[in-house]
Amino acid sequence: MNPSRRSLLRAAGATGIVSATGLPLAVHAQAPITVGVIYVGPRDDFGYNQAQAQAAAILKKMPGVKVVEEEKVPETVAVQKTMEAMINQDKASLIFATSFGYFDPHVLKVAEKYPKVRFEHCGGLWTDGKHPKNVGSFFGYIDGAQYVAGVVAGHMSKTKKLGFVAAKPIPQVLRNINAFTMGARSVDPSITTRVIFTGDWSMPVKEAEATNSLIDQGVDVVTCHVDGPKVVVETAEKRGIMSCGYHASQAALAPKGYLTGAEWDWSTPYKELVEAARNNKPMINFLRGGLKEGFVKMSPYGASVSAAAKTAGDAARASLTKGDFVIFKGPLKDNKGGTAIAGGTKLEMTNVELEKMNYLVEGVVGSIPA
Amino acid sequence: MDLAPRAPLQASARPPAGSLWLRGWLVPVGSVLAGLFAFGLFVAAIGHNPLVVFATIAEGGFASSFAWQNTLLRAAPLILTGLAVALPAQAGLVVIGAEGALAFGALAASVVAVPIASQLAPQSVPLAWLAGGLAGMAAGGAWYALIGLFRARRGLNETISSLLMSYIAIAVFNHLVEGPLRDAASLNKPSTLPLPAEAMIGSLPGLEVHWGLLLGIVACLLAQIVISRSTWGFSLRVAGGNPRAAMLVGLPVGTLIVLACVAGGASAGLAGAIEVMAVHGSANASVLAGYGTTGILVSFMARHQPLAVIPVAVLMGGIAAAGSLLQRRLDLPDATTMVLQGLLFVAILAGDAFRPKDQR
Repeated sequence: MNPSRRSLLRAAGATGIVSATGLPLAVHAQAPITVGVIYVGPRDDFGYNQAQAQAAAILKKMPGVKVVEEEKVPETVAVQKTMEAMINQDKASLIFATSFGYFDPHVLKVAEKYPKVRFEHCGGLWTDGKHPKNVGSFFGYIDGAQYVAGVVAGHMSKTKKLGFVAAKPIPQVLRNINAFTMGARSVDPSITTRVIFTGDWSMPVKEAEATNSLIDQGVDVVTCHVDGPKVVVETAEKRGIMSCGYHASQAALAPKGYLTGAEWDWSTPYKELVEAARNNKPMINFLRGGLKEGFVKMSPYGASVSAAAKTAGDAARASLTKGDFVIFKGPLKDNKGGTAIAGGTKLEMTNVELEKMNYLVEGVVGSIPA
Repeated sequence: MDLAPRAPLQASARPPAGSLWLRGWLVPVGSVLAGLFAFGLFVAAIGHNPLVVFATIAEGGFASSFAWQNTLLRAAPLILTGLAVALPAQAGLVVIGAEGALAFGALAASVVAVPIASQLAPQSVPLAWLAGGLAGMAAGGAWYALIGLFRARRGLNETISSLLMSYIAIAVFNHLVEGPLRDAASLNKPSTLPLPAEAMIGSLPGLEVHWGLLLGIVACLLAQIVISRSTWGFSLRVAGGNPRAAMLVGLPVGTLIVLACVAGGASAGLAGAIEVMAVHGSANASVLAGYGTTGILVSFMARHQPLAVIPVAVLMGGIAAAGSLLQRRLDLPDATTMVLQGLLFVAILAGDAFRPKDQR
């Protein structure tokens, strides 16, 4: 763990747990461990679940680590029983529950029943005093990567119209739409992003319709936040426009038009959490990171990306990685003419205020339903 | 309840009763075995030892107390959604919109039970469950009443209307959960206001399975008794078997159709209410996990017999529990369980050919 992440955690107020001492140090540095990983969708979805499965595949190569996996586990009693079965039938002592909807009530309930097992949940907001001590939440600040993708898209777009296929208007999604748009508009303020909400995480038909509709409106770079970006990227390629990926790399699906993409690198938190568990180190309840910490990364640039776009993308990535650039700072207008962030206010990536985002920034064409 | 003798619909020459009884059991059991055999061939073809696979299925779904509880917990909602298909089927209807009725049941239960529970002392919380359960049944029943009315008054095909109305129900559900009924604190998982943890429906004594299982079994028993032992049930079966004849003898066919739909919708609505009050605490997108769809499979495999819905739902729950272990132990993909479900379904439907005529 590097010092910067320490300070990051301190900012989030979780150091009390992380630096808690008193637990016995491990006798064997390489104690064997069985890790259970649970996915809500198929492992090969070219998206959210694939990104998690790629990290699990890296865990499998670590000596002494046994990984048991289960895919397409719904956010119902099924996941409760899968977690329990991993503990009882496979002797897992660390569980990665990777879907947001697993957290409350499922992970919380099972964690109370098995206080000696560690439960690490992706995306949740673990709160001291409210949630069991053997539960942790890890997540990545992917808006930085979205911003970089936006910069590249902004350079490559000729029509100055970008498209975004989004699942639900929840804070996490809005933040990505906004970061992508702001990245593009940092290149050219006349650029706009058209957004279409499909209403759910996996709606392949609607995603294709939305992509086609965006293209018909003159959009020439499209990206998305849905569970599996496969359909969006493939449709874009078929129609001859450019695309930016999400979750994992979809470069293989669009050899011509794929520019770059905001990807997770879950192997970073996975490895850290496995090492903590197998060496009996204190539970890590709250773990976050962005580009700098290696929790998120960019897809390698596609063949069509121009030199200027690459240079600009690399520069944006470098300043975000260094940490001297803050995406969400005032004055920032929303797309209804109101003030989203007042002048003088800087919201660092770690600021929990950003996890409540409920607006679309200036330059986004579209509105939040309901 | 008016008890009428169980009159056979067809009084033709038939084999002796003992042989009938035997065939009644042999056929479904034989079908399941045939389906399992086909599945064994399938796993052998993809390079796994069928014996190991079957041993793993047994271990995952049935071979221990933990496995059984896993199976029963997964089966609980399927009993009610299976019944939601089986009840309208008595009136000759193929209604497949249980997911929609379940969605409305879940919404109604969360809207009714949460505020009531917050007003009650802890020992009277069951009143909130009762209110939530009734609200869920009413909502699901009312939704299905529309399907019945469309069918009875306008001759609208109930299979199509229930399927399409299910999409409407899910859209309304999502709209309300993400809009007017959203708990402002549910940031990245839009949900209605939750029941406090201490006000949730607990487990059956000595088990880790919630009370929904028992409610489902009781509902199936009641349904079976009403259908096979009451005048109402008899009329219903006549209306389902031959609506014209039923009308000629003066049965209120339209009313029977609507009532059968209402009963089915109430069953699915209750499943939704229990999901909210025993599992999720609030109505949100996770509640719509496809139980309504699996219920169709359950009811068809049970030949739309309410009592048979119970073992079939348990079988489906067991397959799901076993599929979980198959994935973890043998690295088989999730689709393996779909293959097993599909083969069993086909085998059981094909087994129909060997049934005595009047049992088909």
